Amino acid sequence: MNKKRKLSALFIRSAMYLCCFITVALLLFMLGYVMVKGVPNLSLKFLTTKPSHMTGQIGILPDILNTVYIVLATLCIVLPLGVGAAVYLTEYATSQKVVSVIEYAAETLSGIPSIIYGLVGMLLFSNHFGTSILAGALTLVIMNLPTVLRTTQESLKTVPQSYRESAFGLGAGKWRVIRTVVLPECIDGVVTGCILSVGRILGESAALLFTAGFAHAVNGMISGLTSPGATLTVALYVYAKEEGEFGVAFAIAAILMSLTLLINLLAMSAGRYFAKRRNV
Amino acid sequence: MKKKRLFEDAVHGIFLLLGLVTVGCVLIMTVYLILSGIPAIKEIGLFHFLFGKEWASTASEPQYGILPFILTSIYGTAGAILVGVPIGFFTAVFLSKIAGKTIRTAIETAVNLLAGIPSVVYGLVGMFVLVPGIRKLFNIPDGASLLAAIIVLAIMILPSIIKVSVTALDAVPREYEDASLALGATPIETYFKVSVPAAKSGIAAAVVLGVGRAIGEAMAVMMVAGNVANMPSLFQSVRFLTTAVASEMAYSSPGSLQQNALFSIALVLFLFIMLLNATLNFFLKRKKEN
Amino acid sequence: MSSIITTDKLNLWYGDTHALKDINIDIQKNSITALIGPSGCGKSTFLKTLNRMNDLIETVKTTGEVRYSGHNIFSKDIDVNELRRDVGMVFQKPSPFPMSIYDNIAYGPRTHGMTNKANLDEMVEQSLRGAAIWNEVKDRLKKNALSLSGGQQQRLCIARALAVKPKVLLMDEPTSALDPISTSQIEELILQLKEKYTIIIVTHNMQQAVRISDNTAFFLLGELIEFGKTEKVFSYPQDKRTEDYITGRFG
Repeated sequence: MNKKRKLSALFIRSAMYLCCFITVALLLFMLGYVMVKGVPNLSLKFLTTKPSHMTGQIGILPDILNTVYIVLATLCIVLPLGVGAAVYLTEYATSQKVVSVIEYAAETLSGIPSIIYGLVGMLLFSNHFGTSILAGALTLVIMNLPTVLRTTQESLKTVPQSYRESAFGLGAGKWRVIRTVVLPECIDGVVTGCILSVGRILGESAALLFTAGFAHAVNGMISGLTSPGATLTVALYVYAKEEGEFGVAFAIAAILMSLTLLINLLAMSAGRYFAKRRNV
Repeated sequence: MKKKRLFEDAVHGIFLLLGLVTVGCVLIMTVYLILSGIPAIKEIGLFHFLFGKEWASTASEPQYGILPFILTSIYGTAGAILVGVPIGFFTAVFLSKIAGKTIRTAIETAVNLLAGIPSVVYGLVGMFVLVPGIRKLFNIPDGASLLAAIIVLAIMILPSIIKVSVTALDAVPREYEDASLALGATPIETYFKVSVPAAKSGIAAAVVLGVGRAIGEAMAVMMVAGNVANMPSLFQSVRFLTTAVASEMAYSSPGSLQQNALFSIALVLFLFIMLLNATLNFFLKRKKEN
Repeated sequence: MSSIITTDKLNLWYGDTHALKDINIDIQKNSITALIGPSGCGKSTFLKTLNRMNDLIETVKTTGEVRYSGHNIFSKDIDVNELRRDVGMVFQKPSPFPMSIYDNIAYGPRTHGMTNKANLDEMVEQSLRGAAIWNEVKDRLKKNALSLSGGQQQRLCIARALAVKPKVLLMDEPTSALDPISTSQIEELILQLKEKYTIIIVTHNMQQAVRISDNTAFFLLGELIEFGKTEKVFSYPQDKRTEDYITGRFG
């Protein structure tokens, strides 16, 4: 083989190694940097108190609670919507046109940037319910609808047609077949959709800034829904950009990073668990 | 029997409604964006709005030209693509074609994690590492600049570029590669001259997806780009379409021309995204046809 | 006639599976050798060993020698890419690259450093003529190769293999995916190619082996059972197992 070919092969090979190295190094750097800067600022008190103007101490309990509320509220609404739409697409829809319109709509939704969701959410929800966790959750529902729809749809497609046929053959009505045979089989898609959505909600900030606001008050679940509140991610932004509390920001970043790790771990093990179950 | 029939029809109707929610959301969003975006454009004039070089919404004689934002978004996205795509592309070829199973799983996990990191965390690290770094390296007064935004965006689009490209490269039939090797091409030559061209629609889709992510990102950019409405220049503080909306919305008063102009900016951004979606669909459709 | 490929106690393992056992064979220059035997007998494996396509499978291990023009192809100073250039291969499934017809043929020469447009043009024409497909495609060289019919695609693949000027062509059931008319066109082509090239072809089709080959090798369970003149192997098989196979008693 001539020298030029060898040289270019060597060059391309090194470029590939370099790029992989960059990718992995970026992650390790992000992880390391955030943990080193953030973990020392974490303490039980930091996690379990609210910020106090009296003592000047900052605690992120309200932000944690708000995050939990918004995750729960979003999932409660988006799951039935997304799963229902997926069931319609795979079980009921007979017109290819309707299917492609719905699928195109879902694709479009997943391409819209979160800042635009934030604006529309502000117009649609905050103007009616006030700037509140509920308005934020409703905005996130639209954002995560395509995710739940897609994962559920994919898993519904893998339910063998013979299941449905044998159930119909036993004289079951359509709804009964769906409820007893089809839906239990798509649980893996629903779970995957849930995990992905939670990840997205945890990371979301632009869509929440103008819908859920950035208050740091401790509320119960019900009153929490109707009052404004910052999630962890929004709180990070506010502390870093508006208030210059970088220690707090990094501490929150460290928590978010750990949650990201956890969610990826969950997604991976869920994937493995369901793959195994399918094969048995 | 009739009752049962009625029940089934009702259930069918409910599911149909649920299916149409998605379509409804898109329609409502589009209508709202257009309705709220039009008034300011009407008042300012389309040409002045799109091609005006000055944005001074709070000045005594306010100016509402968003050319700086449009250009910044375009330059910033182009820069991010220029930096991110080659890195993502080479990584994807390595993962799909060369890496052994263990290494592939390890790097893919890293890529998934990168994708999961919230954008504000990228912004925060960018504020602390990139901004001072750029200031020192290039000896400029403030490191919060277009360059910082480009680097953050390049990192943020990396995971989607890698993932979509890997999927496309994995789908290249093994026969193509065997045939090329049998002609005496080396594995590397085979991957770049046969596998990559065969996967070009998928890789193009990956790039378009990256463009969409980059052009739509707000928070991370807001934290590192400085947010001054300058015409774009690599070492200057700049404002993107997204950050223009995000940074002024909180203190604009409802119904004011300022807020309406922000909605108009969102409409422009939305149109950009729709255009990209159409492009993406074009590539995906072509991939299916092949 | 002189031999071009000789194997000497060639053994091959896929992990723990002993796939080729002590294969000794002599392939004559400008002959057509048919490799026959039931599925899984090792004939395709053997074929792929001759240009080291098996290298791509991680668990493969070989012992013994394959000598091509007198050199052991497993020795360290053999450049595997140069070997594959000399010992070309045509696969079972037509596998044109998803590019234009012209680019498909030019791919090999370009890979080996030919850049001159005029030389490439000539090479493309020559190869397409060599594979008896020139007249069908000369007006649409820029069209995507995937637009051709299956039989045309396979002849294109043969042309593509010819374009790097090989000495030997390995064919792995090149007609099994094709209709009878395309099959007979390819068989005709193979007979023409014999003048310039040495051809080794794996086939499941006994009639095909009889129609085109000079020599036939019968493989069973990784062993070379019988090797000789095709008429002899089919008319007076020496081994009971060969007879059973060609008379259709198994396989």
